[in-house]
Amino acid sequence: MSEQRCDITLTVNGETVVETVDARKTLVDFLRDDLVLTGSHVGCEHGVCGACTVRVDGVAVRGCLMLAVQCDGAKIETIEGVSDLGEIADLQKAFEQRNALQCGFCTPGMLLTAQELLANGKVPSREKIREQISGNYCRCTGYQAIVDAIESVAETRAGGKR
Amino acid sequence: MKPAPFSYAKAKSLDHAIELMARPEARLLAGGQSLIATLNMRLSAPKLLIDLNGLRDLAGIAIKNGAVEIGALTRHAEAERSADIARHAPLIALAVPHIGHPAIRNRGTLGGSIAFADPAAELPACLVALGGEVDIAGPKGKRTVQADDFFKGLFETALGAQDVLTAIRVPVATKETRVGFAEFTRRHGDYAMVGLAACAQADGKGLRDVRLAYFGVGAVPLRAKKAETKLAEGSIDDAVKVLAADLAPLDDVQATGAAKRHLAGVLLRRVARQLMEARS
Repeated sequence: MSEQRCDITLTVNGETVVETVDARKTLVDFLRDDLVLTGSHVGCEHGVCGACTVRVDGVAVRGCLMLAVQCDGAKIETIEGVSDLGEIADLQKAFEQRNALQCGFCTPGMLLTAQELLANGKVPSREKIREQISGNYCRCTGYQAIVDAIESVAETRAGGKR
Repeated sequence: MKPAPFSYAKAKSLDHAIELMARPEARLLAGGQSLIATLNMRLSAPKLLIDLNGLRDLAGIAIKNGAVEIGALTRHAEAERSADIARHAPLIALAVPHIGHPAIRNRGTLGGSIAFADPAAELPACLVALGGEVDIAGPKGKRTVQADDFFKGLFETALGAQDVLTAIRVPVATKETRVGFAEFTRRHGDYAMVGLAACAQADGKGLRDVRLAYFGVGAVPLRAKKAETKLAEGSIDDAVKVLAADLAPLDDVQATGAAKRHLAGVLLRRVARQLMEARS
């Protein structure tokens, strides 16, 4: 009926994964330790820093606040998958060009969080961008360049229109 | 910073969840946005986690008999996008964007926020301000508890050991309904240092049935009843003056009691102005 180890089947970046996991293992630890997808980072482990952000069934979630066992049947996308598909190539380029990263620890989470905001094709205000990334800590650059990068991509994607 | 071992069970039905809760040291898992953080920090170490997430009957927003009924498993992001919430429960619409961050709101549930009853959380105060109610299912059947009777103490509610919160209900806003919401946080989306959720009915140029529910200033959402009376009498200044008699916040990691008392007054002025504005 219930167990400390559970079998799960899920899709990770388009590939089917079948594993047995400890019930207590968080999604981000599963991705990093079992699947060696180390692009999702482990920062605070209590939902504050946003470094572990991944997509589950199309929406951004905290990888440290979901258990791997809860992802049975789910579709997971990590920064590796989203990056390889080219979905955020423009955002990645803008981060690089505008120096919106230094150590890069927060960057995968920042990118996935920003992409969720930009998915509707609109150009958000700088205030809205700041609100969107309020749950993602950057300890190097400060947020100005990150907001600049996200804003510029939003404008380019909207065809330069506001 | 890793959870202690526990067993995991997926609830197949509400009755199954209630039955599983009979086992020792069992906890319900909804959105998990508070619970899993406490597991990671080993602030809690249950023996069994009962995952409610498969019970989609517990999610959804419906308008029934003059009330907005929100299923416990409705996620904050769903409520944030809901036209029914925006129109019929405008206080909840104002408050939800302040709950955590987008990725937290994608997972966190309204029922979970109410059941967890964090004293600095937004939704418990909204429920109290709106005079809402909570549906509970337990081994002896179903019951409904008024918001004013639901929050008992620090992280303590009317929920019994085998109870499951199934829905919350708030009155549908009418043309006369006025709502206000404001909070102070160190960073957008963090738990509030002090916050205020308010509801009133327009009465000519004045207000009646003013309900002010503060959060972050005590163990539970606190009504500022003396200030409510003064606000209904029409004086914001007098309402701010009597707040000292309504609230006695203690120092915490966020702010001193004195700072919280001052901020509560600032919030009251802001929210009073919102209440006095005509509803668009």
